[in-house]
Amino acid sequence: MSSEAKKVFIVGATSAIAKETARVYARRGCDLYLVARNENQLKSLTDDLKVRGAPRVSYSVADLNHFNQHAQLVSQAAEFLQGLDIALICHGSLPDQQASEKSFELAQHEINTNGLSVISMLTELAEVFINQRQGTIAVITSVAGDRGRQSNYVYGSAKAMVSTYLQGLRGRLLPFNVHVVDIRPGFVDSPMTARFKKGPLWSSPIKIAGIIVKSIERKRHTVYAPFYWGIIMFAVRIIPEFLFKRIKF
Amino acid sequence: MEIHGWGRYPTVNADIDEPVDALSLSQLLQVQDQQQPVIPRGAGRSYGDSALAERVISSRFLDHFVKFDDAAGEIVCASGVTLEQILQISVPKGWFLPVVPGTRFVTVGGAIASDVHGKNHHLDGCFSEFVKSIRVMLASGETVQCSHTRQKNLFRATCGGMGLTGVILQATLKLSRIESAFIKQTALPAANLDEIFTLFEENAHSKYSVAWLDCLAKGKNLGRSLLYLGEHATDNNLELQDSFSVSVPFHSPGFLLNKYSIGVFNSGYFNLNKRGNGDKQLHYENYFFPLDRIHHWNRLYGRKGFLQYQFVIPTETAKEGISCVLREVSSKGKGSFLTVLKKMGQQNKNFLSFPLDGYTLALDFKYEQSLLPLLDRLDEIVLAHDGKFYLAKDARMNEQTFKQAYPEWEKFMKVRNQVDPDDRFTSLQARRLGLVSAPNGDRHVQ
Repeated sequence: MSSEAKKVFIVGATSAIAKETARVYARRGCDLYLVARNENQLKSLTDDLKVRGAPRVSYSVADLNHFNQHAQLVSQAAEFLQGLDIALICHGSLPDQQASEKSFELAQHEINTNGLSVISMLTELAEVFINQRQGTIAVITSVAGDRGRQSNYVYGSAKAMVSTYLQGLRGRLLPFNVHVVDIRPGFVDSPMTARFKKGPLWSSPIKIAGIIVKSIERKRHTVYAPFYWGIIMFAVRIIPEFLFKRIKF
Repeated sequence: MEIHGWGRYPTVNADIDEPVDALSLSQLLQVQDQQQPVIPRGAGRSYGDSALAERVISSRFLDHFVKFDDAAGEIVCASGVTLEQILQISVPKGWFLPVVPGTRFVTVGGAIASDVHGKNHHLDGCFSEFVKSIRVMLASGETVQCSHTRQKNLFRATCGGMGLTGVILQATLKLSRIESAFIKQTALPAANLDEIFTLFEENAHSKYSVAWLDCLAKGKNLGRSLLYLGEHATDNNLELQDSFSVSVPFHSPGFLLNKYSIGVFNSGYFNLNKRGNGDKQLHYENYFFPLDRIHHWNRLYGRKGFLQYQFVIPTETAKEGISCVLREVSSKGKGSFLTVLKKMGQQNKNFLSFPLDGYTLALDFKYEQSLLPLLDRLDEIVLAHDGKFYLAKDARMNEQTFKQAYPEWEKFMKVRNQVDPDDRFTSLQARRLGLVSAPNGDRHVQ
């Protein structure tokens, strides 16, 4: 194994961003452990990563809204990989905002998927990383978490919850030599957004994957992907509330 | 969303679906509105309208490798994998794709559907010769495995079939051994058409050969050209190259490409290289894919785009036919920026594959209204010399010309009528060329 090679655990591995990130690590000769819901897609991604250069790849099929399975998933990954260097949490869903405004059941489901399930997973991961005293936990959140917009505040509030949680976790894990990265992509041209009209602000999953890998290497804290979303979201954050509440976006 | 081929002409407003696996693709086909034509699309690198329709199924996310047997030199992958991705994996292990076209950014599915050829066609044939088997999803949602020996007719209709038999899901490809990632290139100047034909025949044993031709040279200089020969090096250096590339950020004003600027470029290029300074060792990327270093080079032709015109004429009448074409082009004052001549080998058994034993010439023209009558005239010349036209580059030929050039179209339609009787898979090109079962266009007109 070369010095670059790492042990990488990816949750939500069949999402477009996760898939491309896994491919970067596979090319570098890393071992990978994957978790996602769709077994056929996991199988074909496993084969793909082996062809692209990963020596060892395995997976578990799981619905991440079953929080009680998380401890077992993390220990299976740590056992297969014999420790974890990088854990990347990518899973999520894009809720129907209008439907989840009217149905708390739906809103709760979306907040479970995009918020609480991530926090449950982080709780289990923190234990493993503290014991190892090294490694990086990276989580994909969203620019939608920076401010509650009326067009998608259910999704946004779940992501904001995770981002805030990560800030605290980062401090807690610092003495243990464990780093925490919060990655906030803007618009990504993936199957999840297939039906959206695309413009110049859209990025490919490959581009975002490159940013993720670099951010983990350079131990960045909060990363807007691509960088210009940092500028856009700064502008969005400083709009006074009396104006913001009138903007329909 | 407005889409177009690599030539940027014509364009169509299309709905694009991007299935992530076979299951999502079959679901798409089941809910597909019967009235709306749909065509599979890979990287969008065919030049004309062969991957254009009101509805498009993109293979962008069907991009996984299945298996690479590096002892036997065999690779299995989904159809959306590009040749670039294969080479990145295979070259360091000493394997190369036996046939590569002029760009490595095409998908495997696209390479099969266009049955592409490369600089070694005269020896090795088309891309499909090295396709061991393919898996195709038909209009019914059924998946069929076919090969040179199994479901032969479906295979022969699908290789070169421009996506009209179904969606290619997966392919098993044979690779060939290399000892180096480098190509030894030799450049030989030819003063005219006679000389270049003689050089091609003398060097028919050379692994790779292609000639760049100055299409604006006239009279005794007609057909002056540079022949580039290539052989795989044997220096055991299998390293990939950190490729340097630039991008054309926006459409250049179309008027920059005119017969004067093209003339200056072409004669300058010839004079710079005629003394044979082209003997050198090049990385495979630079030898096979020089234009890949300029991303979006198609924008150089301006907003209206350009047309590629590629035909092949059997050896006996090739020289005469090609000189007629060159004279016709220069007499109309049209210039082709990049003109490429190549000797081809035996025709294969696929119904709609392009190459045949003869010579092929490829020209490119900036799109303008006055170009179309010239191309119609060139069609007549090529047909009079028993030639045919490359469908992956075509955007405007008429049905009659196509059917005369491709006498096996009826065999193709027989297979198509079995696997897609309702014309679910239809492109703008297929409608124009009469490759639909319903009479030309009548049930698909919107």
